[in-house]
Amino acid sequence: MNTLLAFLAAAEPAAKGIDPWIAFFSLITVVITVGMGFWTAGKSKSAGDFFVAGRSVSVGWNASAISGEYLSAASFMGVAGMVMLNGYDALWYPVCYACGYLFLLLFIAGPLRRFGAYTIPDFAEGRYDSPVFRKIAVCFVLFIGFFYTMPQMKGAGTTLAYIFPGLHYSVGVIVVGAVITLNVALGGMKGITLVQAFQYWLKVFAITVPIFVIAAIVGHYQSHLEANKTAQETVAAAPAGIERKALPAKAPKDEQWIAPFGSLTTKAVDTAIKAAKTPEEKAALEANKKPYSLLYTYSLIIALVCGTAGLPHILVRFYTNPDGVAAKRTTMWVMILIGVFYVFPPIYGVIGRSLTPELYDAVGSKGTDKVVLELPTLLAGRDYPLLGSILSGITCAGAFAAFMSTFSGLLVSMSSALAHDIYGRMLKPDSSPEQRLTAFKWSAVIIGVVSVGLGTQVEKLNINYLVGQAFAIAAASYFPLLFMSVWWRGMTMKGAATGMLAGGLLALGSIFLTTLSDVYGFAGLADFWVAHPLLRILCEQPAIWAVPLSITLMIVVSKATAATIPADVRMKMLVLHAPEALGLKQEYIKEHEGAGGH
Amino acid sequence: MKESNPTPDPIHSDAFLARLMSGQLKLSIACAFCFIVALVALPLLNYFQPEFMAQRVYGFTLTWLILGVLFFPFVWIISYIFIQRSIALEDAEAKAALDGLKK
Repeated sequence: MNTLLAFLAAAEPAAKGIDPWIAFFSLITVVITVGMGFWTAGKSKSAGDFFVAGRSVSVGWNASAISGEYLSAASFMGVAGMVMLNGYDALWYPVCYACGYLFLLLFIAGPLRRFGAYTIPDFAEGRYDSPVFRKIAVCFVLFIGFFYTMPQMKGAGTTLAYIFPGLHYSVGVIVVGAVITLNVALGGMKGITLVQAFQYWLKVFAITVPIFVIAAIVGHYQSHLEANKTAQETVAAAPAGIERKALPAKAPKDEQWIAPFGSLTTKAVDTAIKAAKTPEEKAALEANKKPYSLLYTYSLIIALVCGTAGLPHILVRFYTNPDGVAAKRTTMWVMILIGVFYVFPPIYGVIGRSLTPELYDAVGSKGTDKVVLELPTLLAGRDYPLLGSILSGITCAGAFAAFMSTFSGLLVSMSSALAHDIYGRMLKPDSSPEQRLTAFKWSAVIIGVVSVGLGTQVEKLNINYLVGQAFAIAAASYFPLLFMSVWWRGMTMKGAATGMLAGGLLALGSIFLTTLSDVYGFAGLADFWVAHPLLRILCEQPAIWAVPLSITLMIVVSKATAATIPADVRMKMLVLHAPEALGLKQEYIKEHEGAGGH
Repeated sequence: MKESNPTPDPIHSDAFLARLMSGQLKLSIACAFCFIVALVALPLLNYFQPEFMAQRVYGFTLTWLILGVLFFPFVWIISYIFIQRSIALEDAEAKAALDGLKK
């Protein structure tokens, strides 16, 4: 990797503006991550080690590792960029990313761990004794995973294009994708637990230290926020000691930016108003603007809160807890660790609005998504050039940690799905553990290549927006499956499958349509969206109809097929809900082995 | 539990499972309710009381302060209370069930 980066630096003639400090810190992060991966690779021998780290990780380690895996490029770069772009409306993202864990804690974490299975497809099969259902459930690991890897790749491309000015966006995507894929193919998950935990602490350090220094020099969170006037305040009262650069034409107006129902949630209606032909049409749209915006907000909240409880690469980590109580404790610590983190990215967005408004004019990898990387260099203009470079190096290191850790985690869970579920269970059920390990490595390579390919296509889209879409798909598929399977005895396999497929696929389809028309701009589709702002909102944020649809279908179909409720459902529910002290899990396994079960 | 149990083994009875699940579910729903009320209320307050939510508190608007800063500790408190109660509930159930077995 060392030589690779050096080569890139030398080969790129436009890369004269490379700041040695920024390159140095980023390189250190990459080297440590890869080094730890290789170091632990020697220690992970068995298939169990590869898939769930031997199920022996303590609460502290596991909480740090989950947080490290969860805080992706969307959290580290995307939230700040989106707050800078959209203001208050974007605050829902960090808040729900952190608070979504509450649903996971309240309804899913403990029971899921007690049930004991490697992956969500394992759970789907075990709960309904249905290998068919496993195949259905596996698909969503890949759907959600690919939507989630795209923004990580955008983060990688943006960061590398920042470190090496002049480097093409897609080169960054390819380089980072290749390094991580190699790392995962060689290290597996045991390596990753340690690396992820380390990366959480690196990310917290990288987001907090620079912002404290910057705020001390250029003014604090509140004072920069105060410089924005709200709809209620007619006169801008910039607080003493705060200077603010003039906002370019593309930046949203103050009152839209700081007040709820601003530029993010009213975008669809605003475009429709611009295109409206008659004054009556305009007036009708104006009247709908705020109610539609409220709808958008609620749909976003549902997607993020329910989606957190249905992310396959996060859920798989709960199996590494020793028991259900530890799983609950881990979830609480995760909420604290990531909650502390999420206070900070919006501060970058707020200060960025005042001091780096030129980012509003740029698009793609040069736009607001890089405010976290760019902001520290402001100090150079204030007689602290060295400090600015070092701090910018630190935030770059944090960005590397962010997309590397999440991408690794996604690769592991998607490769596990391919190797463990599709290869190990469907294609070659009699394969040896060695063959499965080889299959895992090849799966990692295949998925890495596809992710890189997808990542090169999404330069125009906001990192955070893309991750929100992955959450919406998870919210409409896995969340209803897990929630209903854990708490309702009357669920049947057919009910679960129908609900998950209908909700998940419809959400996926509508998101795909909006994303596709945003990226490639098909004229017909784009015009349709402009003419139908309500449909646009419902397709862009489908959780508000997809989650209830999925749950309703589960109930209706399960009632209709009540004869096929698994025979030993009481025992399964006991395993899910009874405290471990009663030893029901061991009993259940014995019964199953005695009966020649799976 | 002892009276309403037709089978000799109380742990594997429907009554035990129903009690186990409803106890945990009630606790989970109570905690979720607090959280959901806050999540539903904040956009509604923004919608119907924009002036109130836009008043400045330490430079923040009130709604920004609530969402961007205070929401996190609020959720930590809910989760702390849930975990304490949930673990206590599990311990009590395990103890009661094991005592029932001994008798």
